[in-house]
Amino acid sequence: MEAEALPILEMKGISITFPGVKALSKVDFRMFPGEVHAVMGQNGAGKSTLIKALTGVYAPDEGNVRLSGRLITPASPLEAQRLGISTVYQEVNLCPNLTVAENIYIGRQPMRFGRILWKQLNADAKAALGRLNIDIDVTQPLAVYSVAIQQMVAIARALDVSAKVLILDEPTSSLDESEVELLFQVIRQLRDSGLAILFVTHFLDQVYQLSDRITVLRNGELVGEYKTADLPKLKLIEKMIGKEVDLNTGRKAEVAASATGLEAPPYFEAVGLARKGAMLPFDLKVRKGEILGLAGLLGSGRTETARLLFGADRSDQGGLKLQNRRISLNSPRQAIRRGIGFCPEDRKSDGIIGELTVRENIILAMQANRGVFRRLSGRRQEELADRYIKMLDIKTSGPEQPAGKLSGGNQQKVILARWLATDPQFLILDEPTRGIDVGAKSEIMDLVLRLSKEGMAILFISSELEEVVRCCNRVAVLRDRAKIAELEGAGVDEHNILQTIARG
Amino acid sequence: MARFLSTFFRKLTGTKLFWPLLALALLLLFNLVFTKGFFHIQIKDGHLYGSLIDVLNRAAPLMLISIGLTLVIATSGIDISVGAVVAISGALVAMLIGGNLVLKDGVQTYVTLVPMSVAIVAAVLVSGVFGLWNGFLVSRVGMQPIVATLILITAGRGVAQLITSGQIITIYYKPYFFVGNGFLLGIPFSLYMVLAVLLFTLLLTRRTALGLFIESIGINPRASRMTGINAKNLLLLVYTFSAICAGIAGLIVCSNVKSADGNNAGLYFELDAILAVVLGGTSMTGGKFYLLGSVVGALIIQALTTTIYSIGVPPEITLVVKAVVVFLVMMFQSSTFRGIVFGRSGKQVA
Repeated sequence: MEAEALPILEMKGISITFPGVKALSKVDFRMFPGEVHAVMGQNGAGKSTLIKALTGVYAPDEGNVRLSGRLITPASPLEAQRLGISTVYQEVNLCPNLTVAENIYIGRQPMRFGRILWKQLNADAKAALGRLNIDIDVTQPLAVYSVAIQQMVAIARALDVSAKVLILDEPTSSLDESEVELLFQVIRQLRDSGLAILFVTHFLDQVYQLSDRITVLRNGELVGEYKTADLPKLKLIEKMIGKEVDLNTGRKAEVAASATGLEAPPYFEAVGLARKGAMLPFDLKVRKGEILGLAGLLGSGRTETARLLFGADRSDQGGLKLQNRRISLNSPRQAIRRGIGFCPEDRKSDGIIGELTVRENIILAMQANRGVFRRLSGRRQEELADRYIKMLDIKTSGPEQPAGKLSGGNQQKVILARWLATDPQFLILDEPTRGIDVGAKSEIMDLVLRLSKEGMAILFISSELEEVVRCCNRVAVLRDRAKIAELEGAGVDEHNILQTIARG
Repeated sequence: MARFLSTFFRKLTGTKLFWPLLALALLLLFNLVFTKGFFHIQIKDGHLYGSLIDVLNRAAPLMLISIGLTLVIATSGIDISVGAVVAISGALVAMLIGGNLVLKDGVQTYVTLVPMSVAIVAAVLVSGVFGLWNGFLVSRVGMQPIVATLILITAGRGVAQLITSGQIITIYYKPYFFVGNGFLLGIPFSLYMVLAVLLFTLLLTRRTALGLFIESIGINPRASRMTGINAKNLLLLVYTFSAICAGIAGLIVCSNVKSADGNNAGLYFELDAILAVVLGGTSMTGGKFYLLGSVVGALIIQALTTTIYSIGVPPEITLVVKAVVVFLVMMFQSSTFRGIVFGRSGKQVA
């Protein structure tokens, strides 16, 4: 073993227990200055818990944390930041209505005689972003900038002068490719300046592009720490899910086969549907037993299309047809009545009802469709909850756990369960695998394939092309809020989709 | 055994009803020691009399209002117009019954303008219409609940005074006194009204899916819309219901004082009601709600007031004493605060 520098951060024997769940069990973790360290694991492996133990959100039941050799016990993220551990969370925690500069310095504004020094504040903000090679007008409200820029602002905010460790929790999940590249440049630059960077992501490729070292967790336990160069991708996946896998990224044979000869009449159809500022007029057809993919870059209008089809936003042009009969949908309520389900992309704000239990979250859409007075009996609710917890392998301490306490992937499964319980004829899945680990991803895709085989019509939206290619019979390609092409049969492959987008 | 006790204790303190009940119990315990005859209940003319009965009876309007307000607060809304609705309801019922002393041959006879039952139903219905207005502003116009109901605070008192022509109407019609002062089977009649409304509300929210939907829109309105919950109509319903509860409370208040005062009836009730709901464990940010908790909260407030009067706290510091007690109860309901006091690390960080 080669001689290594001393770790800047060392966690030893960390254990954290929640009611009914051992979230972390005697986990060791260390970080070196000038390195990007990826923490990998499936949903519920303990990645978020580890980060929260490090940033003072949770106090470990056992074990200790050393920063530069000194024992630390931060009691809050603020204290952790003062000690030099800064975090940028998965969901950007900034105020969109404040200016960029205010967002960076809120809570620690330069003051004199009780007044805020606005000029200095703005100049400091500009300098802070300048260090990340970002040159924007810092006096504009944050909301006018893209998510990528907002992410950079969050990083600039996290990077205090004293920062030794920077934690990035899923920083790329809402960025498109060029934005990811921009972010990576910034991360590399920070790494070269000696910062230790903890990187959590579900994108395997990004781990290999960026990280120097990988720690793998599984079920709250440490699997091991590896140098990225010594750990091939397949080995990593095996370590994460604890068994050997056949990483079938190619198109499923059955999908390709069933794609041809689909001459059944469309089940659900959009004709010239449009909404100003959201989508230009488009046609779309989905048949029963078919999975239609929507591919396109971030901001191409994928989610907008889904919302129009579900009645979550009103269209101002065109119409919808269900089994060749014209219908109009002005609210999700009406869509659900007609047997349509929609798993939204933003599960935190549009999906999960955090303080309600897993059971209540699962039965909610079904109950709403039945109305106030036809209440599902307690027994029936429990049966439904148990069934879907088993079927989707939702990791929870029980049906009565608040859904907000579950990990992101398991929340996604709860929402999926909610819609499956309504027994939809047409299901819209907007990024159902976002922020979910590899194992759960392929589980969900298998489920989608099974559902379509049972006769459900499915619209599958994903920013990961290999997923779209893997399970969709047909793919509609979007660009700049317009549908530009539809690929079918053998034409559905990643290369083809990318070329279509590039050609325009 | 020790372990059993400790888990039992943790379970007990984990339930939302525990802390308000404990506060009420402590208040009563205090009275047991310091107030002579507080627990003394005697039977006079076949009715129960005593401080405890008095607390229950006097708390009736507040309990009713708190029940209605609980549902509004659970949707993450607020209804600060309940006091004004109390005044409207009282004014209307007084006006319909008529405020004239009618003497026939030197003996008072009881006459009304319209039958008493019609007057009562009309007052409650009109209250409901005002609630519908609140609900319309919140759910259809999209006004913030505090602003929407603030309008009715001002306008409502105006309406009440309009009904009473700016006068205090005195009611001489004796049968109406039964609503606020009567006894049925030895127990104050107003308590039956509270019980009926409480049971009805519990059944309505927990035996149907209404409670679940209310909590859902209180926690996450956007996601609730996506599941197909009809938030607009639900909001309309809870504001109407809150006003109906306030209207019923108005009947009792009016009967208690045998008159209707558009200016002062139900004044500041909204503040006590909000306090009762929060004492009962329902969060002002909406979500999970506790109807029984709100009722206990109302009882705490009334018991506290009665206690302060009966132990003879100087009037100039009664409000301060009240504030201190309320503050302490609130603090002990917060798990964070208990964590600090009892030295337990608060693991469940929001």
